[in-house]
Amino acid sequence: MIEHFPILVVMVPLTAAYLMPVLGLWRKKLCHPLATASTFISFCISLVLAKSVMTYGMISYHLGGWAPPWGIELVVDYLSAFMCITITFISLLAVVYSKNYVDKELPKGKMTPYYTLLMLLIGGMLGVVVTGDMFNLFVLTEILSVAAYALVAISEKKRSYIASYKYLLLGAIGTSLILLGTGYLYIITGTLNMADLSIRLQPWYGSYVVFAALAFLMVGFGIKTALFPLHTWLPDAHSIAPSPISVILSALVIKVGAYAMIRILFTVFQPEFVTEVIPIASALAWVAAAAILIGSLFAISQTDVKRMLAYSSVAHIGYVMLGIGLATEMSTIGGILHIFNHALAKACLFFCAGAIIYKTGLRNINDLVGLGDKMPITVAAFTLAAISMIGLPPTAGFFSKWYLCIGAFEVGKWIFAIVILLASLLTAVFYFRVINLIYFGEHKQEGQVKVDEVSPSMLIPMVILALGCIIFGIFVGIPLSVVGPAVGLLLGI
Amino acid sequence: MEPVHSIRPVLAIAVSLACAFLILASGKRQNLREFWSIFGATSKFLIILSMFPFVLAGGVYLFEGPGIAPGISLDFRADAFSLFFSSLSSFLWILTTIYSIGYMRTLKEHRQTRYFFCFAICVAATVGIAHANNLFTLFIFYELLTLATYPLVIHEETPKAMKAGRKYLAYTLTGGVVILLGMAWTYYLAGTLTFADHGFLSGHGSPEVLRVLFTIFIIGFGVKAAIMPLHAWLPTAMVAPTPVSALLHAVAVVKAGVFGIIRIIYCVFGTELALDLGVGLPLAVVASFTIIVASIFALAQDNLKLRLAYSTVSQLAYVILGAALLSPYGLMGGMIHITHHAFMKITLFFCAGAILVQTGKKNISEMDGIGEKMPLTMAAFAIAAAGMMGIPPTCGFISKWYLCLGAMEAGYPIFLLVMLVSALLNAAYFIPPIYGAFFKEPDASLKGKESSWWLLAPILICAAMSLILGIVPMMPNTPLQLVMVSVHKFIGI
Repeated sequence: MIEHFPILVVMVPLTAAYLMPVLGLWRKKLCHPLATASTFISFCISLVLAKSVMTYGMISYHLGGWAPPWGIELVVDYLSAFMCITITFISLLAVVYSKNYVDKELPKGKMTPYYTLLMLLIGGMLGVVVTGDMFNLFVLTEILSVAAYALVAISEKKRSYIASYKYLLLGAIGTSLILLGTGYLYIITGTLNMADLSIRLQPWYGSYVVFAALAFLMVGFGIKTALFPLHTWLPDAHSIAPSPISVILSALVIKVGAYAMIRILFTVFQPEFVTEVIPIASALAWVAAAAILIGSLFAISQTDVKRMLAYSSVAHIGYVMLGIGLATEMSTIGGILHIFNHALAKACLFFCAGAIIYKTGLRNINDLVGLGDKMPITVAAFTLAAISMIGLPPTAGFFSKWYLCIGAFEVGKWIFAIVILLASLLTAVFYFRVINLIYFGEHKQEGQVKVDEVSPSMLIPMVILALGCIIFGIFVGIPLSVVGPAVGLLLGI
Repeated sequence: MEPVHSIRPVLAIAVSLACAFLILASGKRQNLREFWSIFGATSKFLIILSMFPFVLAGGVYLFEGPGIAPGISLDFRADAFSLFFSSLSSFLWILTTIYSIGYMRTLKEHRQTRYFFCFAICVAATVGIAHANNLFTLFIFYELLTLATYPLVIHEETPKAMKAGRKYLAYTLTGGVVILLGMAWTYYLAGTLTFADHGFLSGHGSPEVLRVLFTIFIIGFGVKAAIMPLHAWLPTAMVAPTPVSALLHAVAVVKAGVFGIIRIIYCVFGTELALDLGVGLPLAVVASFTIIVASIFALAQDNLKLRLAYSTVSQLAYVILGAALLSPYGLMGGMIHITHHAFMKITLFFCAGAILVQTGKKNISEMDGIGEKMPLTMAAFAIAAAGMMGIPPTCGFISKWYLCLGAMEAGYPIFLLVMLVSALLNAAYFIPPIYGAFFKEPDASLKGKESSWWLLAPILICAAMSLILGIVPMMPNTPLQLVMVSVHKFIGI
């Protein structure tokens, strides 16, 4: 049984996605329990996978018993296990949170499609991170993207259609480029298996076909990751989607794109190739630095709270890519650690924003005045997560910045350290503005908005994540025990 | 002497953190809440006092916390310099709590629970800074202090207070980020962050790099230490309630900055390295500039609290000057001035607060003849002001004496001139309010009488301490003895 876990972690949510419409016809009420159960099972499987990777090393699973490079191979190494846990953990909380949210915020009859698409999205993400095959990577990226387009549009408002259409257009360009890049690689090597590719590509280093393939793949996944300047779809899609979906999009979907870029740069190609033969990694670092600064500046100018959070994601995906672009041990640790830390904090923030919108209908930052007394737990969770985003110790966000800074010093490019620190000040500007209004604003609207705390099913995910921001800061050794070896494998140290 | 492992350095921090939450929990019951404040302050002071005998004999208490990540851990220590700072801030917390109770209740301030809660956190953070065994631990508490003082600065929640709060955060967070930059760089160079009695940076990095690093640290800590031109937040933050100005802006916050600078010079760089790099003299020049210019600014203020604020800026620079001389007597004078200035300045702030509570007057020009109405308060004011000028037998004289000796010892007699000019300027801005209070006829509008014992007792105790520390500075267990032990360790005389 346990040897089938790599495929099961994907199949459980995907099977649930196929069962969901049938179940929805029979008993609508059962959709949520099924979604929760299957995500929970996936989460448990991910934990077991991580445990066995840490004990026995990399797991290779041959789909249908066909040995690679002919058959499809699933590979679970430290990085995959790390991503699986992050994805299933946040998804589980998002599914739990959805229960009350879907009842109130979505149009009637959308419950079944919502959970179906959600399961498809989760399954797609998990597939991307466990696969060891380039074509599989493309197919699963497409699955998760299509599910994501539909979920953005699910609230059936004019704005959501526009946002979804924009996302669809850019996303389709992205996936086409990915397909092209994959095709180029196949043409010259005749293989699609990642491990096989990395060996067979080596004689071709220096060929223009390889350069083109790499460029297509980088731009394609750059769109999926919303790496500046390819981020234009993100602010609309992430702010207009239903809040649990915003959580998944911002915390996970763009990170899955980042994961794919890491795989391509360091597993399919060799680290030496991307840092020395063509310096695409350092180009990536500069682009990421621009993303960090410009994303933060855009976030400052927003008045819609969810839009602000969305732009903040543009900035923070920059941190992840910066770590990868610098390509030293410390910086890559920082970048990959930030995938997890940002997921915790941003998911918490979107949950809180969702709870505030759910209770009050207010989205404009300036209307949130005085909420501190009315929704104390939500607002406290928001504050903790915001502190982690700013990166004040001992929250988790501090440590990603710490490793990124050390990495910047390692390669002697201290300008990146300054960018990181400048960005944390900019981040402080827009988060403190919100916190300030929530806690200390003048109470003009006293009595106008009568609200209380949201129900436990929405509250518990926020509290767990907010505490997570502190716990995984003080005990940063826990994620590091997986991230450290993962980076060692990637960079071949 | 071998370091002894003990939990007491942490206990001193934990006790006030615990009390902070008890204060929050008993918010509705005022007397219980205030009991927790006083209980926390007293027990903290007693814990710190219990470490005196061993530390005075030259010992060090260590507490090794959990390792967070490779090279980073939460470690605490109690050496002479730590205890020097933590005993000061916890002793003054007792007095300030008593004073706050009187002040807040008389003025019927709003949100008193938040006030006392944040106060307790601030003092915990200050002791955390004092007891930190490495830069990382120090930095955590340094940032915590920033965050916890913010609600105190904006306590009034008026537009003016909010503006001051923004300015405060902008300055101090920027300072924090600059420290983080220096910290990451230090870690990259030396691979450790743990304080050593003679510094740990020598032999790592070229002199140019180390000079830049030193400057980064001075700028970072210089924000809270209010070195000109980084001082602008301090006068603005005077909109806070008077006890806040007293403890935080005469003792905890600003002294945390100064404490950090001394730790950097002596425990990170070390005397010899600092002498080799030649960084002492430029710092001393900047400090002298601050001493003189801030005194001139103080002359121009009519608002008593503002005048005190500029006086603080000027007096803090004495400490930095002493530390920058890199000579045993200079360091002694600088260090001891932390305590002496604290007692004198807190007396002055308490007096200003008492006048405000009793008469509602804020400006010096309106305080003519107030000596008749509040003789005890104004007598205390006169003693403390005399100390600021450095007139024996007040404790201010002792610090200046050692500073002058230090300037001679370091071979820069020019700084004697700085002291002299500054003493004259001090006299010029402190004598008019005293003269006006005692020798001018009161205005008909001036009403009021001596304040209640809640306010008066702390004032008299602090004034008495300023005298006692000046008359018998060498009594057992005085701050001066702790200073001698730590100077002995840092410079090795």
